[in-house]
Amino acid sequence: MNLSVLAVSTLSLARWQFAVTTVFHFLFVPLTIGLGLLVAVLQTAAYRTKSDDYERATRFFGKLFLVNFAIGVVTGIVQEFQFGMDWSRYSVFVGNIFGAPLAIEGLLAFFMESTFLGVWIFGRGRVSPKIHLASIWLASLGTILSAAFIVAANSWMQHPVGYAIDAHTHQAVMTNFWAVMTNSTFLLAYGHVLFSALLTGSTFMVAVAAWHVRHDHDRPAFSKAVRIALVVTLVSAVGTIFMGDSQAKQMERQQPMKMAAAEALYTSTNGASFSLLTIGDLAGNPVFQVRVPHILSVLATNTWNGRVEGIDQIQAAAAKKYGPGSYVPVIWILYWSFRIMVGLGFLLLGLGAIGLWLMYRRRLEDSPRFLRFATWMALAPFVANSVGWIFTEVGRQPWVVYGLLKTSNAVTLIAPGFVATSFIGFTAIYTLLAIVEIGLLVRLAKVPAPPTPAAEPELVY
Amino acid sequence: MLLTASPSGLEQLWFALIGVLWLGYFFLEGFDFGVGILMPFVSRDDTDRRVAINTIGPVWDGNEVWLLTAGGATFAAFPLWYATVFSGFYLALFLILAALIFRGMAFELRHRREDEAWARWWDRAIFWGSALPALLWGVAFADFVHGVPIGPHATWTGNFFDLLKPYALLGGLATLSLFTLHGATYLGLKTDGEVRERARSLASRLAPLALLVVFAFLAWTYQSSRTMHHAGLVPPLLPILGLGALASVAWLTRERLEGWSFIGTAFAIVAFFATLLLNLYPNVLVSSVSPADTLSITASASHPYTLEVMSWVALIFTPLVLAYQTWTYWIFRRRVRRPGTPAAEPASPAG
Ligand code: HDD
Ligand code: HEM
Ligand code: HEM
Repeated sequence: MNLSVLAVSTLSLARWQFAVTTVFHFLFVPLTIGLGLLVAVLQTAAYRTKSDDYERATRFFGKLFLVNFAIGVVTGIVQEFQFGMDWSRYSVFVGNIFGAPLAIEGLLAFFMESTFLGVWIFGRGRVSPKIHLASIWLASLGTILSAAFIVAANSWMQHPVGYAIDAHTHQAVMTNFWAVMTNSTFLLAYGHVLFSALLTGSTFMVAVAAWHVRHDHDRPAFSKAVRIALVVTLVSAVGTIFMGDSQAKQMERQQPMKMAAAEALYTSTNGASFSLLTIGDLAGNPVFQVRVPHILSVLATNTWNGRVEGIDQIQAAAAKKYGPGSYVPVIWILYWSFRIMVGLGFLLLGLGAIGLWLMYRRRLEDSPRFLRFATWMALAPFVANSVGWIFTEVGRQPWVVYGLLKTSNAVTLIAPGFVATSFIGFTAIYTLLAIVEIGLLVRLAKVPAPPTPAAEPELVY
Repeated sequence: MLLTASPSGLEQLWFALIGVLWLGYFFLEGFDFGVGILMPFVSRDDTDRRVAINTIGPVWDGNEVWLLTAGGATFAAFPLWYATVFSGFYLALFLILAALIFRGMAFELRHRREDEAWARWWDRAIFWGSALPALLWGVAFADFVHGVPIGPHATWTGNFFDLLKPYALLGGLATLSLFTLHGATYLGLKTDGEVRERARSLASRLAPLALLVVFAFLAWTYQSSRTMHHAGLVPPLLPILGLGALASVAWLTRERLEGWSFIGTAFAIVAFFATLLLNLYPNVLVSSVSPADTLSITASASHPYTLEVMSWVALIFTPLVLAYQTWTYWIFRRRVRRPGTPAAEPASPAG
């Protein structure tokens, strides 16, 4: 069996499988994190004010949260194991470092979210209202903690710190756990991911509640939900944009190729302009372009005339440092994913700002155009999250661990038939799940919040 | 590599901790699987099925996290073990994952629509999603012990069917029957009325069968074992105690000592997997093609620094996790019953 030949198609199958399963997992993850926190906020309001409006809203969004949570859990299990399945050489190389946060995530975060969510689902009427409220907060904290460890692990791949290479085994070994957990890349990415998750949850809540307000269902409950969610949308949009901007500056220092590719900037330039969009090819012969002078330099370096490195120069330097080969990722993916993400970020900022302004003018409930727009905006964060990760991950290529391990050396050496089977299998299962899940979510989201029952049902599931 | 460099204290500790995580997983999710497998057999209508599902409703996800943590801990503490096992058991693992996906979705989605056909589909997902992993985990653990085709550099040289040797299949049947029985004793402890009675009668009929299969498998393990003698298991106290516990279950269920029967099946599961793991020591994966390529604890372990960091984290947080998980079992200690039936007494070990 000639493994090096096989590895080529095993590699592309493994990459496709990872991309499909991970993006799928991350469709639901941010909604879990964001909506979980918002449901906890609603329930706190219900607990404090004893208002049944908040209680109905809590139950309504709690149900949507749970249906979404389930699919996050089952797709997460696949994530945990596919490093070993498809990326065994990667796993051997990084296990010492990458495995630790993953294990700690299980112990600290997954136990917490799953256990307390169990208490929350089944505890209504069985535990005191205070403990019931505490359980949703603890479950939400669990999701936030879990994001910390997994993003720390991912950030280590973007920007390895606190490690040494073992001379005998050629494995990366950890020398400083604290450095891994305070990696500058991690701190910014974690902020960006948390704000964007909150933005996802709040946009979803605005969208669903706006639909009900427009259809005149249970206005007291849904107007309250829309108000809370709009405030969170504005705050988290500002936070997402601010963190993202800081990431871009840091990226210029840590992964200049990603920045250059995102801009399709071939030669190093002072006072570089930012291209808003390009029609034609990105290899330097555009048919039509909109460019804003100096903005790229400002974005990347915080100075008007700062120098932004170009693809050709970075490629030459990388070839000198790491040996011959191409170090240029797929430019059109980076160029467009970045623009879509940033564009949607500002659109969502607009949603929050306009909504709050209408709320301030007391015209929110009577603005059907805005309410309809708000409902459609539910899709935006999901797109932005997906292209955000695609940008981050594709931009790191050809490396899987930046500067240390190439993706082509990370993949398991097995026959492509295995990977093809599981890739087709997972894709089929996930497609089925998506149809069932999204169908159910939409269905449940359209049923107005029922009155709070006098007694809790004996059988919950 | 067999029995060369003996593992350091830290490496032994982590082998033991990962062992404990797997034992915890099989003890806990064992009854989840059993409940899923038995659900069609203890119920006459949809309400009965819901009674069965509700006994594990609040806890199944927490139980599954034992698996995730075992996986993560293996990744961190023994990267080579993690990499070799998960890439080698590729298709088996894919089947387990697919099963766990449908099963997990089923619990949350099944009751979300008032639609008979919808619920029926998810019932099937619960049954197959429980039965398949219950079988395949036993196959996998038997393969660890008996060996699988791995060559130099921990690369897999076999195919899917190398995993399905008769010995491994018998191991699978052993775990399938153990988990099913464990589910029956759990249902006996956690439900009331007719479901409880059916679970009891199933348990007393299943127990002799499980005993037979598990005995055959352990005898085969013992007879062909390369390392059991080195692990101080002569005479093999642990498997004998486990079999004893299993033998007593038939009697305990007949005497309606529900708590004790559950403890009996729990102990049998723990003893079963502990036997296999001790049998493996000081290796983690046996090569069936060349002894020199057998993966030992030492050869696959992480550096001491990683193990130290993780030991501190485990030391601080494990007691906390155990405390709140136990607490949830306490909150939900009441028997689950059909709506409208009179309140049942809380379950207690004395039955
Ligand atoms: C930024 C956050 C984030 C990211 C990047 C990922 N996850 Fe995730 N994951 C979560 C945030 C999360 C969560 C919010 O904690 C979830 C989502 C829904 C849920 O139930 O918990 C979850 C669930 C979840 C579960 C199931 C936990 C349970 O049973 O309760 C596992 C095993 C993983 N994830 C593992 C991974 C791995 C190995 C990833 C890397 C590729 C990954 N996740 C990316
Ligand atoms: C800790 C978390 C993560 C780790 C460890 C990780 C690791 C990896 C690895 C090993 C690959 C394979 C290399 C490759 O296919 O090129 C990859 C690729 C990829 N990942 Fe991530 N990833 C993580 C999170 C995510 C998330 C959350 C997403 C999106 C939602 C994502 C999206 C992608 C995509 C789209 C690719 C394909 C890139 C390509 O093939 O060019 N990743 N990542
Ligand atoms: C103007 C707004 C935004 C800017 C300037 C921005 C900037 C960035 C940058 C530079 C990265 C890459 C980080 C890296 O590769 O190291 C990134 C990644 C990402 N973005 Fe954005 N972003 C913006 C808006 C958004 C929005 C609205 C969302 C989702 C709602 C989002 C979700 C993500 C995600 C999930 C990632 C991948 C994780 C990470 O690396 O942090 N972004 N963003």
